[in-house]
Amino acid sequence: MLAAIGRSATGAVAGFGRIGLFLADTARALADVRTWGQALAQQMRRIGVDSLPITLFIAAFTGIVLALLASYTFTGAVPMYLVGTLVGKTLMMELGPVLTALALAGRVGATMAAELGTMKVTEQVDALETLAYNPYAYLVIPRVLAGTLMFPVVVAFAMGIGLFTGWIAAITLLPVSTDEFIRGLRLFYRPFDWQYGLIKSASFGFTISLIGCYLGLSTRGGAEGVGSATTRTVVYSAAMILLLDAYWAVTLLRAG
Amino acid sequence: MIAFQDLHKAFGPKRVLAGFSLDVRDGETMVIIGYSGTGKSVAIKHVVGLLDPDAGSVTVDGQAVHELDRTGLDVVRSRIGFVFQFAALFDSFTIYENIAFGLRRRRELGEGEIRDRVAHALELVDLPGTEQRMPAELSGGMRKRVGLARAIAIQPAYMLYDEPTTGLDPVTSAVIDALMVKTREALGVTSIVITHDMRSAYTVGDRIAMLFQGKVRQVGTVAEIRESADPVVRGFIEGRADAKPAEAATDLTAEEALAVEGAEG
Repeated sequence: MLAAIGRSATGAVAGFGRIGLFLADTARALADVRTWGQALAQQMRRIGVDSLPITLFIAAFTGIVLALLASYTFTGAVPMYLVGTLVGKTLMMELGPVLTALALAGRVGATMAAELGTMKVTEQVDALETLAYNPYAYLVIPRVLAGTLMFPVVVAFAMGIGLFTGWIAAITLLPVSTDEFIRGLRLFYRPFDWQYGLIKSASFGFTISLIGCYLGLSTRGGAEGVGSATTRTVVYSAAMILLLDAYWAVTLLRAG
Repeated sequence: MIAFQDLHKAFGPKRVLAGFSLDVRDGETMVIIGYSGTGKSVAIKHVVGLLDPDAGSVTVDGQAVHELDRTGLDVVRSRIGFVFQFAALFDSFTIYENIAFGLRRRRELGEGEIRDRVAHALELVDLPGTEQRMPAELSGGMRKRVGLARAIAIQPAYMLYDEPTTGLDPVTSAVIDALMVKTREALGVTSIVITHDMRSAYTVGDRIAMLFQGKVRQVGTVAEIRESADPVVRGFIEGRADAKPAEAATDLTAEEALAVEGAEG
């Protein structure tokens, strides 16, 4: 029993040590701008543009459901123009960033883990090193930077589409006019609403990319290892998204 | 010159190299033979700094590789061509991009010069005109030849071959052997070849060293190894099943073997 606890503790300390080394190597590689600069645009396109279809699909239906849910909740008790308030606040501050991040944990994070994991087990990462490339500069930094920069952009699009479909649902399916919807949207609105959503999105992008890269480059043992790294990336990313979501709520919403 | 000096390396509880010492002289082709899993690949990965020794050192032209910072290591790596066991081509790049990738690291080369170098490297490995193909479209033997072209395109002073003929049919193996000889003649490089293919070892090697239980069991010219009286060396080069000592290939558990394989790969 004690031995098992000891082994777990040693394993946890070693794990934190490996993550620390990974972060230190990544931070050092930031100086190699020439290497990561050449790969950044491609990663930004892959994470940003290629993620838009699934993101917009999710946001479109979220907007519709939110409008109908608000209407169902408010009926007879709360003025219907508040549908706009609920759709706007919820999409910008919570569901836009979180649902998008959860979807992209599967799309972006898992892709990174699978890609880098395959490169690792097929010696392509070693080949990079022997050609005098720093894998942290060439593989990790472009992905993490692109994730951090492009997640807010993708989420901004999600917010826009969600608001649009929420408005369409409100004026076509509910007894709410465009003026009422906009009135509700503007009620209690603060620029901090969307800024809060975008700050969260950047932190989600940073975390998901970092987890995907770390687990990808830690892959061992062939196809099974790649599968394991991919699955763990999705699970750990989802957990971290929810943890970060709570963290930002506690730190920024209480202060705001 | 590349010198392995009392090199020790362990993965967890398993000692892979235990006092491995070997000098590779300028201009020669040194073949390192040994049973599977004895740490041959581990040894040469120390030469390019892919692994750090637990004790001892590997020096390249007098510089201890594990003591170099990133910049120093990149300078050493830019003088070494490494041919991987399974080629390790970048599968999202075309053949041209694979070979040009290492050259682009060198700021002094223009795109025209890079194009010429790629074409020349592909001619050397008898694959002209394949620039726009993807690695997945090539056979195993062709991929190894592209891996060789990628390594020689940087015009290295040293070439390291990690089991270059493993998994190939005898004819393709002979083609790869001939290419290694041709590369040496064309570039005048110093080479280390890891193999357990004795026909290949006799064809390309000037000297042969046998790695056994973490250290060099015997080193000598091809003729000396062929005539070796050491029963372990004789058993290996003759490929006798009854000659393999129980402890020869490291009796790793499945988990330990995976760790070594991961470190090697």
